[in-house]
Amino acid sequence: MTDNPYLPFPVRIQQIITETEDKNLKTFKLSFLNREDEERFVFMPGQFCEISVAGKGEIPIGLASSPTEKGFLLFTVNKTGVVTRYLHNMKEGDIIGVRGPLGNWYPWEKMGGKNVVVIGGGFAFTTLRSGIVYMLHPENRNRFKDITVVYGARSPGLLLYRQELAEWEKRDDIKMHITVDATDDPSWPYNVGFVPTVTEQKITTSKDSYALVCGPPIMIKFTQPVLEKVGFKPGQIIMSLEMRMKCGIGICGRCNIGDQYACKDGPVFSLAQLNELPQEY
Amino acid sequence: MGDKILKKAELQDVLRALKRTYEVFVPVKENDFYSFKPLMDEEKVDLSFTNTRLSPKPLVLPQSERMFEFTLDEKSEDAHIVKESPKDYPPRIIAGVRPCDAKALRLLQVNFDNPEFKDPWWVKRRESMTLIGLGCSQPCSACFCTSVGCGPFNEEGLDILLFDLGECLLARTLTEKGERLLQLGGMDTDADSGLKKSADEVKTKAEKKISSHVPTDKLREKNVNDLFDAPFWDDVAFACINCGTCTFLCPTCWCFDIQDEVIRGEGDRIRNWDSCMFPLFTLHASGHNPRAQKVQRIRQRFMHKLKYYVDKYSNGVACVGCGRCVKHCPVNIDIREVFNLMNEL
Ligand SMILES: Cc1cc2nc3c(=O)[nH]c(=O)nc-3n(C[C@H](O)[C@H](O)[C@H](O)COP(=O)(O)OP(=O)(O)OC[C@H]3O[C@@H](n4cnc5c(N)ncnc54)[C@H](O)[C@@H]3O)c2cc1C
Ligand code: SF4
Ligand code: SF4
Ligand code: FES
Repeated sequence: MTDNPYLPFPVRIQQIITETEDKNLKTFKLSFLNREDEERFVFMPGQFCEISVAGKGEIPIGLASSPTEKGFLLFTVNKTGVVTRYLHNMKEGDIIGVRGPLGNWYPWEKMGGKNVVVIGGGFAFTTLRSGIVYMLHPENRNRFKDITVVYGARSPGLLLYRQELAEWEKRDDIKMHITVDATDDPSWPYNVGFVPTVTEQKITTSKDSYALVCGPPIMIKFTQPVLEKVGFKPGQIIMSLEMRMKCGIGICGRCNIGDQYACKDGPVFSLAQLNELPQEY
Repeated sequence: MGDKILKKAELQDVLRALKRTYEVFVPVKENDFYSFKPLMDEEKVDLSFTNTRLSPKPLVLPQSERMFEFTLDEKSEDAHIVKESPKDYPPRIIAGVRPCDAKALRLLQVNFDNPEFKDPWWVKRRESMTLIGLGCSQPCSACFCTSVGCGPFNEEGLDILLFDLGECLLARTLTEKGERLLQLGGMDTDADSGLKKSADEVKTKAEKKISSHVPTDKLREKNVNDLFDAPFWDDVAFACINCGTCTFLCPTCWCFDIQDEVIRGEGDRIRNWDSCMFPLFTLHASGHNPRAQKVQRIRQRFMHKLKYYVDKYSNGVACVGCGRCVKHCPVNIDIREVFNLMNEL
């Protein structure tokens, strides 16, 4: 973060990867223009940044890369409104800005020594990717017990990071349960079914576990009771919230849920914390 | 530090002399309303106002402010790089600030200047300001400052507080900044004990004149979700037309938006006042809106001031009882009634 918390630092778009067959999701690999900015940029998985496109504005986007990946940052962006559309039309080599890291992160300290269940749906898998890459890093893997992932999308072509998913499938230090709502591909090697259903089949214990859950509201709504049924307490269920944001530093007043600013006190909250707050998100 | 005395008519000579060192702002009447404007050379300082329609908040947080600039001109080697806009922060005197509005700046301080993040523009402007307060000998009928930890002669946030003693003004120095200003302005006549006593009387009388009282004692202990789910919000919101007047005028409302503007390839990043009373405030790009309904937005405004702020900062309510929203709401929505409803739930 620079001395002025509103000032983005410049980055170059090093690579643009189209993630999904509908071309609505692209991953932007960004490299720092200045070394000092890179040195100052220290983050943990779960945090986000404001991506600044001069002339269009700023948008909050989760960090998809892990702090263990050096020299670049990854952001996966869904095409929706003004800034995201414009970003999707930019080229490799173009200059944009980044402000951050912002917000809190998944509770890595608390999750140390525990089983970690990662549950993601659709394109909300970005900061979960960051977390998985972080945990799988040789320096960190021993700090966690079993890592289990349930990740689903509507169809195979809508899954993010497909190549990496395939690599993780092959490893024996992470259990992958990839699923799609439906597919007409007879050779589809993974699961078919909604995320909550697959979670119910695969996650049978909450013992010594934390669950990181990110996805569309409907997925969260049906996954929560499934987790509770196998004994997950609200304090063991961790979620990341989205609110409309501007400043990202708890000053502009836009993103509050009760007395919490999603940008600064969040975006990561446990279900126990959320249960205490007004249901207005 | 102490109490100095000056003739009322001298105030404007003093302020005018201080213009050599400071930018001086005073309440100026335009049509029916007062607002803070730079003191002009031939202008008389008018102390007959009740309060300005808009508090001095735009002097710290301008309604529209350029944050950064950039060029999109590909020929420039800095194309697309967002840079700080040069700014200066000349020392400023704001004279005639009512105690409630000074206290409001105090309440905002925790937001703009906290251990994690400092808003550089707000902080520098606030630091460059010296506030000369004017106690309210004649509080208005909509004020309820004494109920919310403030009062007609409250000193928080001020550098000097003026007491109107009829012929003359007693100037009470409250900070070193204030002391420096009195020295520079040549105000060196000490007030004798008789005058000090008169000042105390003026204060006590004014406090007694405040006829509006609201309860706040139970807000802290109430459960936030009980208040959030209270049955009265539909009634409170019923008449609201979402005009945003209340938040615009409120000295403790600070929300802002950030937008980029480009003219012929040269751009600015600008922040503008915004309001939680507008539906766009929370609208996601997906179309989802956590506060799509009017009642949710009204509730947000009152909950923020009377509960969320209270819980977050342990600093009292985010309302100084200035009465602006009460006076100017076109449909007479009255925060004093909401205090009652929330406190007595
Ligand atoms: C913590 C956090 C992490 C996010 N991570 C990702 C991510 O990894 N990938 C991704 O594709 N999207 C992510 N989003 C959502 C993303 O910020 C919005 O889709 C984006 O702001 C839309 O901008 P726009 O200009 O295209 O849309 P417009 O509708 O034109 O939006 C106008 C402005 O409103 C604000 N805004 C609109 N929608 C949102 C929203 N849902 N959240 C916050 N601000 C909004 C932005 O300031 C935006 O510039 C995240 C949101 C949050 C809060
Ligand atoms: S001034 Fe009154 S009508 Fe206008 S938004 Fe505020 S409460 Fe609603
Ligand atoms: S809420 Fe109303 S009375 Fe309270 S400080 Fe704001 S404008 Fe004044
Ligand atoms: S985005 Fe400004 S307070 Fe959260």
